[in-house]
Amino acid sequence: QQIQEDLNKQLLDNLVSFLSQSHSAFQEKTTEWTCRMKFREIPTAALVLGVNVTDHDLTFRGLSDVLQENITPYIALLEAKDCPGIKNLMQKLMGQLMNCDIDVDSLEDEEYVPVSQNRIRCSMSSLISWYESVTKKTDSETPSKKRNASSRHWQSPPVVVIFKDMESFTTKVLQDFIVISSQHIHELPLVLIFGIATSPMIIHRLLPHSVSSLLCIELFQSLSCKEHLSTIIDKLLLTSQFPFKLGEKVLQVLFNIFLYHDFSVQNFIKGFQLCIVEHFYSQPLSVLCCQLVDAKKRVNFLSHDQCENIRRLPSFRRYVEKQESGKQIALLTTDNFLKEETEKLLEDLHVYHENYVSVLRCLHVFTSSLPKYPLGKQIRELHCACLENRVWETEEYESSLQLARMLNKTDLVSMLQQCVEILLSSSGKEFDKTVEKLKEFLTQFQNLEAEASQERDVSISSQKELQKKTDLYHLQKTLLELKESRWSKKLTRFEMLRFEVVDYIDSLVRTYLVPADNRTLHEVVYFNAAAVLRGHLNAAPRTALHTALNNPHWYLKNQALKCDGGGISNKAPDICIVYKLHLECGRLINLVDWLEAFSTVVMAGEEPNADATSSDQVDDIIHARFIRAVSELELLGFIKPSKQKTDHVARLTWGGC
Amino acid sequence: MPNLEHPAYPAANLLHLESLVPCRESQVSMLLSIFGERQQFSFPSIFIYGHTSSGKTYVMQTLLTTLQLPHVFVNCVEYFTSRLLLEEILIQLQSCSSETEQTSPVHCDTFNDFVRLFKQAVVSRELQDQTLYIVLDRAEQLREMEANILPAFLRLQELTDRNVTVVLLSEIVWELFRPNVGCFEPFTLYFPDYSIGHLQKILSQNHPPEYSADFYAAYINILLGVFYMVCRDLKELRHLAALNFSKYCEPVIRGEANERDTRKLWKNIEPHLKKAMQTVYLREISSSQWERLQHDGGEPGQLKGLSAHTHVELPYYSKFLLIAAYLASYNPVRTDKRFFLKHHGKIRKTNFMKKHEKTSNHLLGPKPFPLDRLLAILYSIVDNRVAPTANIFSQITSLVTLQLLSVVGQNDQLDGPRYKCTVSLDFIRAIAR
Repeated sequence: QQIQEDLNKQLLDNLVSFLSQSHSAFQEKTTEWTCRMKFREIPTAALVLGVNVTDHDLTFRGLSDVLQENITPYIALLEAKDCPGIKNLMQKLMGQLMNCDIDVDSLEDEEYVPVSQNRIRCSMSSLISWYESVTKKTDSETPSKKRNASSRHWQSPPVVVIFKDMESFTTKVLQDFIVISSQHIHELPLVLIFGIATSPMIIHRLLPHSVSSLLCIELFQSLSCKEHLSTIIDKLLLTSQFPFKLGEKVLQVLFNIFLYHDFSVQNFIKGFQLCIVEHFYSQPLSVLCCQLVDAKKRVNFLSHDQCENIRRLPSFRRYVEKQESGKQIALLTTDNFLKEETEKLLEDLHVYHENYVSVLRCLHVFTSSLPKYPLGKQIRELHCACLENRVWETEEYESSLQLARMLNKTDLVSMLQQCVEILLSSSGKEFDKTVEKLKEFLTQFQNLEAEASQERDVSISSQKELQKKTDLYHLQKTLLELKESRWSKKLTRFEMLRFEVVDYIDSLVRTYLVPADNRTLHEVVYFNAAAVLRGHLNAAPRTALHTALNNPHWYLKNQALKCDGGGISNKAPDICIVYKLHLECGRLINLVDWLEAFSTVVMAGEEPNADATSSDQVDDIIHARFIRAVSELELLGFIKPSKQKTDHVARLTWGGC
Repeated sequence: MPNLEHPAYPAANLLHLESLVPCRESQVSMLLSIFGERQQFSFPSIFIYGHTSSGKTYVMQTLLTTLQLPHVFVNCVEYFTSRLLLEEILIQLQSCSSETEQTSPVHCDTFNDFVRLFKQAVVSRELQDQTLYIVLDRAEQLREMEANILPAFLRLQELTDRNVTVVLLSEIVWELFRPNVGCFEPFTLYFPDYSIGHLQKILSQNHPPEYSADFYAAYINILLGVFYMVCRDLKELRHLAALNFSKYCEPVIRGEANERDTRKLWKNIEPHLKKAMQTVYLREISSSQWERLQHDGGEPGQLKGLSAHTHVELPYYSKFLLIAAYLASYNPVRTDKRFFLKHHGKIRKTNFMKKHEKTSNHLLGPKPFPLDRLLAILYSIVDNRVAPTANIFSQITSLVTLQLLSVVGQNDQLDGPRYKCTVSLDFIRAIAR
């Protein structure tokens, strides 16, 4: 669907803009370096990218695109798996450089093309001569078109070599390459970029000092993937612009995969896209999941069946039950009335989202600074909590309110200011009153400050009075009084106001952060089938194999195979029988015993007269079936032939399913 | 100091040469006497060795160029296969004689071809009456090429029947080269390390023109005083000298001290140099960053070095996997039952027990362990239930690509892969926190 394509595009746009942000600083540095090459050092950028390897590809692609636009046309991306030796590395490098040259110079110089890859002498000297010829050509030839192309680059653009995965390169290849290129740095302005997944210490571990001293390394830390994720969440989930929303459970699944398994933003986005596809595929009413204006139009064109679908939604039924009887009938019978009503409800939903997001952000401002983070440090945790159920009924919310009541004044004031900013920036119309109220609080705080200073004067004067008094008893009494009065005063002034603020926030939360499940028609935009998603994303090969072999009914859907518990049915496929028998054995399995057991199981169901003919001798057919089943198991990797004992096989798996 | 004298070459050239190669006079005169006159046959092969940056390459190059001897200079690292190496020699040979005509690219796959083409080249270039020198830099790489390359180069004179001398430059001694089938023994020549006096002399030689030689020499003196203990590499020292000189000159430019006031200058520069030793020398921060830092006059505290970023962020289960791998690597198998089958407090107990055996096991290094054991330990140290999904398995392989684990034994990948944990205890401690 077209909306979905839009979404994907927007996702990628977001990502690319994000990348360009994070690399803009980096490019400036590159321009600086290339100016200074007086020593034999190769300017090098060490890019620490974090362990989410799957994201790197996109990062590097974005980076090379940006570099290509702004700095140099000569970029080579090298991967460790392509370069097991220095020879392959050079070949790859030359191939990439010369190809990209052909792209840039369009079709002017055909003489490069016929040179087949194999015949090029892959050495640095030929690279240099190529480079010289290319740069000379760009200098000497001055057609206007060329000017335009090369005006963005400099006279001698550097050659950028990007090593995508530094860790996987073999030490020797890297060393050799660096030594070689350092010798030609004057003829060939080379810039290296190392992509590092773990920590920059790897450079020292991979390269000896004599080699690393040839490099002029600067370190760049890309944003951690967690921050990356939160920006994406900010832009995707917490805006009212995207009509599609994720339910709480689905979000939980996605976050779990991200945090527990791979830290890969790429995979997160893929999961998100899968959700979109799944939603549009499974939910017939997802046609309404689009921008509000479009949705209104589409409501008018709904067919009768689709209206019936709406009536069948549980949330809509709840809504209908609440209405008075006349309206109920109208809703259930006339399509047009239903359509009008749906329009209204969709609008409500839209407004709800707008309000929800801004109030959520306000609440996050409050909770994120509390000690121990009872409601989570990140806004995504808060989001999940709010989606799950009524947030004000949870214990964590109680405790965080308790803590909020103990905040000091400066924090409180700054938080209130932040809230005002957030609410002002949001598009919701209902917030005018709220903003006013919050501003009122702020002014009250300021007044309080003024009063407090006055109070201090008062207390100082009272202390002066104190000094006059000499009587010990009186002194004690006045001190106690003073203390009490201070206590009560503070409570009455500042703390009262603080309670008020917290209560107000509480009321805001109660009105706006209603979980989406309670809203009518939430099914249209929320995707909540977490189990489906989990099944798609969390592949469990071992478990799947186990169920297939242990319980063939699950996959074959054959009623005859359905068996109860521990027994081994003889109707199951041979491999299942063999598998079940092998589960009962130890590390080494005697093939003869196994065959005996197998034939017993298989014969059990057959007529007794059949085994009378071949009682001592195992039937040839059964033997063959057994051998086939065992070799199938071996193919699946459950057993392997062992050399320790003849006629035995070794088990390779242990329970771990 | 022995003056260079040789009847074959004009004295002016020799004087120039002597000024270019300070502190290497004896070696140069030795080489000259071996080379003899232009047309004389020289020793077939010469092997020169010495420590890093003791001037082997530099001396050879200046010697050959200033005396205008026909030569070919090849770096064996750069031309990493024998084919590339031989072709490069032939190409240089074609171009080294003054003729400008472009010849077709040569193809030379074996040494036999090389000898044939070499003879042709020498004949056509009319080089018979002079000794041709082939210098092979970083000759230790020759050992990794085909077995016949090194012996053949050593007796190239004999094979080609031409007036040619092969010079091998290397950092390791000849004994490590000698192939076990025996070969022609080259003439070996040792370049000793530069002494501190030599270093002083060489470094002072290229002083910037705006300052006097004495001033720069004093600076070099200070620099050597700080760095000589840790670094005797001439290249490194020169690099450091160039980097820090501007700082040294600062008081002079500002007019606070004149060029003679070495004491004051010393006080100014010394802490600075010490700082440089901790950072630039170890390449913690790059030289350009260092210069920018000097320019701004800021504290280096704000610039974090390479080793400052040791923290690695890992996904939740990857951490546990790594910890499990570490436990599996350093704990013997027989203790697994004791550690992981008890009822409660499993993690605490393992840490406690580890202290006893740490000394012995950590000295022995990590041991390989099968995949199943890793998973079993993982299940026992993670509190909640872990499903053995493909995600977990793919994490193991991604840890391998990050070089935090390594695969042992390539042969049965599918049957029972065995791994080794390659990270240190400190790293695990940081993760386990």
